[in-house]
Amino acid sequence: MIEFSNVSKGFESRKILKDVDFTIRDGEIFVIIGQSGAGKTTILRHIAGFYDPDNGDVVIDSVKMNGASNRIRKKLREKMGFLFQGGALLNWLNVRDNIGLPLVEHRLASKDEIARIVDEKLALLQLTDAADKMPSEISGGMKKRVGLARAIVRNPEIILYDEPTSGLDPVMSARIDELILRMKRELGVTSVVVTHDMNSAYRIADRIAMLYSGEMVQIGTPDEIRTSESGIVQQFISGNIHGPIKP
Amino acid sequence: MFEVLKSSFHKLISDTGAKLMYQLGFSGFSLILIFKTVVELRYVFAKRKEIIKQMYVAGVKSILVCSIVALFGGMILSLQTGLQFKVYGQQEFVPTLIINIMNKELGPLLTAIILTAFSGAAMAAELGTMKVSEEIDALEMMSIDPVRFLVMPRIVAMSIMLPTLTIYTVILAVLGGAVVSFFQLGVTFETYFRQIVDSIYFKDMYVGLFKSFVFAVIIASISCSNGLLAKDGALGVGRATRVSVVSSYLMILIVGYFITAIFYGNII
Repeated sequence: MIEFSNVSKGFESRKILKDVDFTIRDGEIFVIIGQSGAGKTTILRHIAGFYDPDNGDVVIDSVKMNGASNRIRKKLREKMGFLFQGGALLNWLNVRDNIGLPLVEHRLASKDEIARIVDEKLALLQLTDAADKMPSEISGGMKKRVGLARAIVRNPEIILYDEPTSGLDPVMSARIDELILRMKRELGVTSVVVTHDMNSAYRIADRIAMLYSGEMVQIGTPDEIRTSESGIVQQFISGNIHGPIKP
Repeated sequence: MFEVLKSSFHKLISDTGAKLMYQLGFSGFSLILIFKTVVELRYVFAKRKEIIKQMYVAGVKSILVCSIVALFGGMILSLQTGLQFKVYGQQEFVPTLIINIMNKELGPLLTAIILTAFSGAAMAAELGTMKVSEEIDALEMMSIDPVRFLVMPRIVAMSIMLPTLTIYTVILAVLGGAVVSFFQLGVTFETYFRQIVDSIYFKDMYVGLFKSFVFAVIIASISCSNGLLAKDGALGVGRATRVSVVSSYLMILIVGYFITAIFYGNII
C-alpha cells in the first residue's frame, strides 16, 4: 500500500505539490492525469524516494520513505520498478545487457538463468530482434519498451510508469496497456501510471486521480472521472481549450 | 539613491553567501565521494573490466597529445635555459635542470593539465548527461550504487594512468631536451645522459609520483562530482564540464604548491 498524507513539496519559490492526500491499494492500477508541470512526476519521484516532502509523509507498505536511511530506501526500491520517460538506458550497454543489468549487478541468478529471463522479457515486449542493438540504434518507442523490460526484470511488487505510452503508436500503446493489466492480473503488481493518454487511462485504471496546480482535484473510477462535475476534469479529459484550466 | 545602493549591497552579500554555501556543499560532496570510493575499493576486482575501459579512455586516448606536449616541453625548456647557460659556458647543467624540473613539477603538472582537458571533461560530460537523462536515477532504482558502478572505476583508472603517463611525459621531455642540447647547445648525448642519471633522486621521483596520484584523485573526484550534480539539461551538462575543468586546474595548482612546500620547504 502506498500512502500520501498531506504531502507538500516546493522547489525554490514554486510550490509543486499542495497537501496531496491519497492511498493506493495493493494490486491496484492508479493512474495520475494532469497538465504538464502539474506535479505528476514529482509524485512518482516521492514514491521512489528521490524526493522527500517538505511537509507530510509518504508511506510504502507501512514504512515511511521520507527521512528513511539509505539502507531502508534501497530495501523499498528493491520492491519497485520504474519506467522513466525516456527509458533511461545506459548508452554503452546493448539492449540485452541493459535489461539484465540489475540481475547481473546483484548476482541474482546464474549466467544461463539471466540469459533465459532476459530472453523471456525481450519476447514479451517484442524486442528479440533488437537484443544486440545499442540504445543509439533504436527508436524512442523501443527505448521505452527496453526500459519497461528492465523495470519488470526483477518481478517488482510496485511499478511506477512515467508516460509509458507517449511516443508509441496506438498498437504498441495498447500492447503496453495489456502488459500493465497482465502484471496486475497474474502477479498482483501495484501500478502507478502517470499519463496524458486518456484512452490508455480509461483502459487500464482502477482509479484515476486528476492533479491540477499541485492539488488533487478528484480521485475516482474511470466512470466517475468521465461523468465528473468538476470543470477542470471535464476540460482536461475532453481537451477543450476553453474552461477553468489556466494555460 | 541610498535605497538602490542598499539593495545592491544586499544582493551582493546574498549572492556571495549563496555561492559560498554552494562551494562548501560541493566540497563536502566531493570529499564524501572520495570517502565512498575508498569504501568501494573492495569491489575493484569485480569492476576490473570497467576500470580497464576507463584506463584506455584516460590514458591511451590522450597519449598523442601527451607525447607532443612532453617532447616540445622538454625542447623548449632545454633551449631557453641552455641559451642562458651557454653565455657562461655552463650548458652541461641543462640536463640536471630538465630532469629536476620535470620530475618535481612539470611532469605531474603538464600531464594533469592534459588529462583534465581530456578525461576530466569527458567524465563530467558523461556523468552529467547520465544525470539529466535520469540514468543515474535508474541505477538507484535498481539499487545499483552509482559510486561503485561509475565513480570508483574512474577514480581508480585515473589514479593508475596519471602517474604512468607522468613517467612517460618525463622520459619524452628528457629525450626532447637531449635533441636540442645536442644540436643547438653542443652537449654530447653521452654527457647529457650521464648528467641525467647523476641528477635523478629517489625523493624527486616519489614526490612527483605522489603528486600525480593526488592530482588524479582531484581531477576524477571534481569531474565526477560536477557530473553527478548536473541539472537543467544540456546547458547544465556544459556548465558542469566547464566548471570541472576550471576547478581541477585551480586545485591542481594550489595542492601542487602545498605538496612541494611540505616535501621541500621544510614545513615538516
